[in-house]
Formats: sequence, structure tokens, C-alpha cells
Amino acid sequence: MSTGTSGLYFTFKPENAAFKAKVEELSGENIDLCFQCGACSSGCPLTGEMDLLPSTVIRYAQLGMAEVLESKTPWICITCFNCEIRCPRGIDIANVMEAIREMMLRTKYDKFTLDELTPEELRELPQIAIISNQRKLTA
Amino acid sequence: MRLAYYPGCTMKTDAKNFDESTYSAAEALGIELLEPTRWNCCGTVHALAKDNVMNYLAPIRNLIRVEQMNEAELVDDKRVVTQCAMCYNTLKRANAAAKADPDKMGKIRDFMEKEPNYQGSVSVVHMLELIKGLGWDEVKSKVVKPLDGLKVSPYYGCLLLRPREYGIDDPDHPTVMEDLLEALGAEVVDNPYKAKCCGAYHAVHMKEVAADLSYRILKQAQEAGADIIVTACPLCQFNLGDRQNEVKKHQREFEGIPVVYYTQLMALAFGKEGTGFEQNTPDPVPVLEEKGLL
Amino acid sequence: MEENESEMVTIHVMGKKHRVPADLTIMKAMEYSGHQFRRGAGCRGGYCGACAAMYRVKGSYKLQGALACQKIVEDGMYIAQIPFSPAEKITYDLLELRPDANTFLEYYPEISRCLSCNTCTKACPQDIEVMDYVQASLRGDVEEAAKLSFDCISCGLCAVRCPAEIVPYNVGQLARRLNSRYLIGPTKHVIKRVEEVEAGEFDADIDELKRLDRKTLQERYEGREVKL
Repeated sequence: MSTGTSGLYFTFKPENAAFKAKVEELSGENIDLCFQCGACSSGCPLTGEMDLLPSTVIRYAQLGMAEVLESKTPWICITCFNCEIRCPRGIDIANVMEAIREMMLRTKYDKFTLDELTPEELRELPQIAIISNQRKLTA
Repeated sequence: MRLAYYPGCTMKTDAKNFDESTYSAAEALGIELLEPTRWNCCGTVHALAKDNVMNYLAPIRNLIRVEQMNEAELVDDKRVVTQCAMCYNTLKRANAAAKADPDKMGKIRDFMEKEPNYQGSVSVVHMLELIKGLGWDEVKSKVVKPLDGLKVSPYYGCLLLRPREYGIDDPDHPTVMEDLLEALGAEVVDNPYKAKCCGAYHAVHMKEVAADLSYRILKQAQEAGADIIVTACPLCQFNLGDRQNEVKKHQREFEGIPVVYYTQLMALAFGKEGTGFEQNTPDPVPVLEEKGLL
Repeated sequence: MEENESEMVTIHVMGKKHRVPADLTIMKAMEYSGHQFRRGAGCRGGYCGACAAMYRVKGSYKLQGALACQKIVEDGMYIAQIPFSPAEKITYDLLELRPDANTFLEYYPEISRCLSCNTCTKACPQDIEVMDYVQASLRGDVEEAAKLSFDCISCGLCAVRCPAEIVPYNVGQLARRLNSRYLIGPTKHVIKRVEEVEAGEFDADIDELKRLDRKTLQERYEGREVKL
């Protein structure tokens, strides 16, 4: 994905400020507290599946870069809160991931719909799996 | 002691053995569990977006039902006991938000109209907290068949312990399941992955990813010498137990290890009916027979 | 027809204002004001569920559901007919199903999206606890779901209002079918009566009815004993 930077410097434009403010509003987190130590990423059990590390997602958000909406990472995040107990700055990174998911879901975007499952899969899965999946991945 | 009990949907279907063994274990400890007459989905998973109100409706409705049970003096105190880790977390967090955010509560009240106002009197507890509160000596005194020689690896998963504010134990070094298992006479086997995610709802659309996460947990327990793994959540149970067939597709050498709910081992040690081992996949009966426990 | 202004009310049908007699149902008021029903009308007796309508009354934000053939108009009522809710007609072989939660999830997996918001219940003209039967289905309580949804006439208003895009009336129908097939089992008196019919016990009576003229048949029908 594109980084949104041009050359060696990055200009923080009004649209970046607006994006950052939206993330902070939805997540309730002060993302400027993050100093990029990477503890969240080191504790995350799912980084192998991600295109951006959780700490990188926070960096994108700090810079107000809407490109982060295209990242796989917020959808791979399963809100296990390992990052939450590790963050030395008290940020609940799962809340930030949810904010980014919500920004996509509120544009009529479904990450995954149940139409894609076979009857056999639907028979096998417990309700709790399907319910939580739908809560996180559909608008 | 008679307490309100919120079972949650999966406990009535795929995790019936969790529900039934909960009743058996509670009975042995002198606890009578009473379900609300009407309940709905707990609302899982807790909505993290700050402006979300809709997802609070389900948990708040359930808390209203419990509050009504209190008011009708059907139960002894204001606690509601949960078992499923996801129900626990969702109800606990919604309850906390209801108390902390009167604006949100006002919106919820206006939307629900016909429901009575939720006063915020209920306290949400997990069964493990309740048992811990009774004291391990009390638990030990009810054991008629100690789980001698059974090497058990406890698995906590995510939502019993995290976020820190809502966990039932120290998220870095939990001990409640270990203490319980020791009280039942089992030998506890530690698993460094005991609080790592099982894959949760990725089991629906990313089977391989969930199977890989589960495999790490299963493998660690097995290498540490465990005969059996114990869980406290129907989704963990599904991923670690039922989905071992998926794990085996990717890990040819993996031989499988039985996974049971902690209440099943309680019912067994207390000499009660309703252990429900026949519903578990893979079958835990051979290893329990081998240890002379069945 | 001579109009008595004191007994007339103003209603808005699909945004157009009409003066109609105050004692008419929504359906009759619409016909009175010139609408002709090609769809969205059936038994006219509140049983078939074809004539769902939604309305608001003056001074209230509440969006309410009703059967057009049952609801009497009110002054200042805003009315829209909702004769059909788009829903896939799912087919299944009842003899092949199991009466459990996963059967519901297999055919109507969207019930897992239910937020317990209760909007369906508020929309139901039959005063059914719709949300409760959807929730009962979700936890596999077939009997409860069947019992709660028993009065459903599939008018579709719940499905139109559901923010989780569930079609509750289809879920209730599946619950009732599963309940009848697997939990209640065959009804004994029906089986007995079928046996009697097959044994020819009623052949003579039927033959007699067949030979009657229209007038006598009508008299017999009107004079029949009805046990309620």
C-alpha cells in the first residue's frame, strides 16, 4: 500500500488532522501517547497474518493517513487485548483497531458475509463463533 | 446460596456439557443457580467504538432481567453468575459502562421504552471468581474422587483475563484455574500459551489461521506432558477441541489431546452426574479411564 | 354518498392528503380515496397478513405497523402500504432436519446478527414478542420459538424494520414446523380422523352433500354447529 509520503518529508494536512480526530473520537484513545516502542506488536499473536504491525497502524493513525483503511491488519486483529495489557502508555490498541474497522463498516462495507459459508460449515459452527464474527466484520 | 445464572446461547446447544456440569458442580458446592425466565443473546462481542449504543441493548436487557429477579427476591444477592468467557466480558463491560456513562444509559433507556429502567445494581461475576470466594479448602472438602495422577493444563484464553480492568485474575500470572485443579487433586501442567488467543471467531472465515493459533497452544501443553487441557469458554473449547481435525490437516504429526471444561472435572471429582464427557471431541474418556477416574 | 363533515378525518396516503370517513379501516379509507388494490389485500379479516401498512400519527415520532384491513384511521395519519418485504424463499426438506440451533443457523444464519433491539416486536401488528422468538431460535429452543411465534401471519413488517436484516417471520415458521414435526409429533386426533376417512366412514355423507342444490347447501352451511 502507498505510504502517502512524498520524498523525505510528510506534510500534515487538514484532512490528516480530520482523519486522526475521527480515529480518536471513535476509539476514545489518545493516540499521541504512543512512542512506538513496539510492545503491542511483539505481543500480538497474529502479526504473521498482518500487512502492517499494530504499532505501525497506530503510527498511520497518528499521522492521520487514511491509507490505513486499506490495511488487512484491523481485520486480522481479533481483539484479544494482549496489546492492551502490554502498552506502557496505557493505550487500548484494540479500540483503535475497532475505530478503523468501524470507519470501513460505516461505508456499507462488509468484510465477510455469511453467504460465503456452506451449509455444512454453518451446521458445524457454534453460535458464539458466528455471532462474534458478524459483530466485528459486518455493517 | 441461590444466585442468578446467565448461561448464554452456546451453553444451551454445542456446550450443553458445560452447562450441565456447571449445575452439578454448583450443586455440590451448595449453590443453586437460577436462570432468568427470559434472556437474550449477551450481545457479544463488546463494542469498542465509543459512540456505539446499539450493541449495549442486548447486555443491558439481560441485566434488567437479573435486576428484576433481585427485586422479586428470587435470589440471595445481586450477583449474576456467568460461565462463557464472552458472556462474562460482554455483560461485565456493559454493566460498567451503564454505571459510568449516564448519557449512554439515557439513550438506551429512551430507545428501549417498555423496559424498566436499569438501576445498575447487578454485579457480574464469573463462576471461577465465585468458587475462589468460597475458598479452596471448601472445594477440597467436597472432593470424593481426587483427580490423582491426571496432568491437566489450564487454558484461560483472552476475555477471562483481559482487558486488565475486567479480568478475573492477574492477566500476566493467573492462578485461579491452577488453584482449583490442585484442590481437585490434579497435577497442574503449565502452558506458556495459556492466555494466548485460540483464534476465536476467525474459526468462521479463516480456519487455517485459527487452527494455527490453536495448534501452538495444544502443542505446548502436550510437550509439557499434559494428559488433558481445561478450558472455560465454549469458543476456546470449539477451536482447541472440535477443530483438532483442522489442525491435523496442517500438522500431520499432531496426535490430538482431549480438551474439557473445568466444570466437567469438578463434577467428576465431586462424584456428580452430568459430566457429559461423551460430548467432547476428541474423546477424553480413554485417558480418564486409563487414570482410573472413570 | 352524503358526507357528514364532523365524522370525517384527514389522512395522508403515500404523501397525498384525503378526507375520509372516520370509521373506516386503512384499507377501506384507501379505497374510498380512489386506490384500487391489485396487491396487498387478501382476506380482509386480519388473518392472511397480505395488507401490512406502516403509519405515523400527528404529533408522534412513532413509526407503527398495522394490518390495513384492521386498523381504523385516525385524524392526521400518514400511511404507506408495505405489501411485501423482499425475502428469499428458502426451501428445505422438513423430514431431513434436526430441531436444533444449527438448523436455524444453516438456513437463516443472519439471526446471529440480532442486536436484541426489539424493533421487530414494536413493529408487529399481532403483538408477538418477535425478538424473543428470534433469540429462542438462536439458542435452539424450538418449542419456545414456536410458541411465541404462533400468531404470526407473515405480514413482513418485522423484516422491514430489522436493522440486522433478519426475516423473523421465516425463522418463526421454521420453528413451528420443527416443533410440529419433531417435538409435538403427529397429532393423534388428525391421524384417527384420516383413518376414518380412508375407511370410508364419511363417503355416504359426502355423496349426500354432492347431490344437494346450492340453496340447501347454503342453508346447511349457515345452520351448522360451530364449536369454538
